[in-house]
Amino acid sequence: MSFESEISPSAGSAGQPHFDRERVGDFQPGDMATQLEQGLGRENLVGLPEEGESQLSPGVEPEARTQWQLFFRRFLRHRLAVASLFVLIIMIVLCFGASWIAPYPKNAQDLLALPKPPSGAHWFGTDDLGRDEFTETLYAGQISLKIGIAVALLSTLIGTVFGAVAGYFRGWTDQLVMRITDLFLVVPQLVVLAIAIKRFGQSDTMIALVLAALFWMYVARVVRGQVLSVREKEFVEAARASGASAPRIITRHILPNIIGPIMVNATLAVAGAIIAESTLSFLGFGVQPPSTSWGNMLSNAEGAVGTPKAYLLYFPGLMIFITVLAVNFLGDGLRDAFDPQSHE
Amino acid sequence: MSIDESGSPPSGAYVEVDPTRGSPPKGERRPKTAADFDAADDRNVPVLQVRDLSVEFKTDDGRLLAVQNVSYTLHERETLGIVGESGSGKTVGSMAVLGLLPKTAQVTGEVLFRGRNLLAMSEKERQTIRGRRIAMVFQDALAALNPVFKVGDQIAEAINVHSNVKIATDDERVVDLLNLVGIPNPKDRANQYPHEFSGGMRQRAMIAMSIANDPDVIIADEPTTALDVTIQAQVLEVFERIQDRTKSAILLITHDLGVVAGVTDRIMVMYAGRQVETGTVDDVFYQPSHPYAQGLLASLPRLDRRRDGERLYRIKGQPPSLIFLPPGCAFNPRCPTAEVGRCDVTRPDLVEVSPDHLSACHFAADLYEGTKAATT
Repeated sequence: MSFESEISPSAGSAGQPHFDRERVGDFQPGDMATQLEQGLGRENLVGLPEEGESQLSPGVEPEARTQWQLFFRRFLRHRLAVASLFVLIIMIVLCFGASWIAPYPKNAQDLLALPKPPSGAHWFGTDDLGRDEFTETLYAGQISLKIGIAVALLSTLIGTVFGAVAGYFRGWTDQLVMRITDLFLVVPQLVVLAIAIKRFGQSDTMIALVLAALFWMYVARVVRGQVLSVREKEFVEAARASGASAPRIITRHILPNIIGPIMVNATLAVAGAIIAESTLSFLGFGVQPPSTSWGNMLSNAEGAVGTPKAYLLYFPGLMIFITVLAVNFLGDGLRDAFDPQSHE
Repeated sequence: MSIDESGSPPSGAYVEVDPTRGSPPKGERRPKTAADFDAADDRNVPVLQVRDLSVEFKTDDGRLLAVQNVSYTLHERETLGIVGESGSGKTVGSMAVLGLLPKTAQVTGEVLFRGRNLLAMSEKERQTIRGRRIAMVFQDALAALNPVFKVGDQIAEAINVHSNVKIATDDERVVDLLNLVGIPNPKDRANQYPHEFSGGMRQRAMIAMSIANDPDVIIADEPTTALDVTIQAQVLEVFERIQDRTKSAILLITHDLGVVAGVTDRIMVMYAGRQVETGTVDDVFYQPSHPYAQGLLASLPRLDRRRDGERLYRIKGQPPSLIFLPPGCAFNPRCPTAEVGRCDVTRPDLVEVSPDHLSACHFAADLYEGTKAATT
């Protein structure tokens, strides 16, 4: 049964009154029982509540799934998202397990294998200094992923706070916060990034902070819109009537209701941040040697375009591509899973 | 009457008391005299006194007078029914009591809760009263329960808001509360979500939340309107049971006269934001002294009176816009007894037709005498 997850067993029988007249004659009493058994799953019919189980509903258990169970079911049906999740997990394990997984130590030079194309010994080839490209890619991935995730978390946090405050209090607070948001949106980001990084230094932390400062506005806008709609719900009124303060209402009553959009945005921010970091690094404003990211591996291999060494561009580029794509698919899957109206 | 001047103690100082226990947890904070307890009837200790409450909204078309000069007193253990049609100011009036109206509302008058004026309090002070001393039950329990939390969580939250000791979803107190409002299998139910509850159960869960802190006043805004009749009766019974245990005063807002007749002690009839008649249930039902109240009652189908094909009475016309209220008595365009030159000029004051029975009609006394003649 393909629709079992969305439609409860009882809803499944709703289609049954449409018997053909001719076929009603063929109907055997046993058919219904068989259908029920198949439809509901044998164990549900046979397994009456055992001792200690809920006594509420003897016989067939009602649909009693938590929000999270429903969420996971919907998510699991989004095959691309599940596959992407696997890809990302593998990527994270590979990169952060680099010290165990990488075939060579970091920055180890094999002077006998100065730029060599991919081979059995060096899967991704070696670079100009004879370093194993596979090893380097994995270590570089640590920085790229770290920055991507850090930026996503940080910008989501900032954006959620600003958006929730603006949406909940409305009035001049809203105006003030949203005009600040607009201000951040209209500045030419690359220029600001470049200047900020020149000014504050090029450490990984600083890059993450600066990127987060340029990423939170999108989350803030989404959160504000969601809060504006949820704050009008009666349960918020009920929370106020129960004596809850504004911060408590926001954190305990409103935000849990909009965790979906927030998580989707956070996921997409990871992809955005990885790209932004790559761009920065490519332009030379990003992470500085000796630490490497995928972006600055690309930057280092700039001259390889059109030469036999072009493989130096392919692999870091491919990693960025795969990661960003997977993150985006994951975001899509989460969006669908959080949206109870989606019936894909 | 002892007035609680001390205010609510700082949040750290709350004393944890079993909310289901018979005597309220106010012992520490509100010293009561023995006489208070000994009196068989607590119904003369005023808990909530509303004086001259008016609520006004500024709109593009002019001033909208949602509630005008409403006054009433609610005593301990008393149930006051506020009756009126949609838009008569029932809900707005009760929201004003808790200070839950949007900032655009201009609220004037006094709302004295045990002698302290709620309207003069800061928002922070009011938060300590809301939910703890005055709780609210909403009409649509499905909307008023947060869909993403277990019911037990929400009841626990109602307690946690006012206490430093945090309790969990299936805490004994939560289970006791669910049990008190008549939910079978409270332990399992506490771990379920609102959408897994039936309509009546949700309303019970709402009531459980409202009584979680053993409030002095429960404001129930159409608590039974969304329920079918049998469930209605059960929910009303829950209110009565709670009242027996907790001495809470209940402000029951409804448009169902049947509900009012069944469970309230006194009634206040509202029309177009004004109070038109107030009295005990018997006063208002048997000797209605305002044409509107008379019309409402006459329009009820009744089994105890033969009508022999006679049609039910109806009040002609429609309730007025609250922005363009008719001059004089708001009811005069629809009133069968209205007198030109008087009713459409002067707004009638509330007059006492018998002890504690008030009517806002120029002809209140005559109407009262009329009903007396009819019943004897």
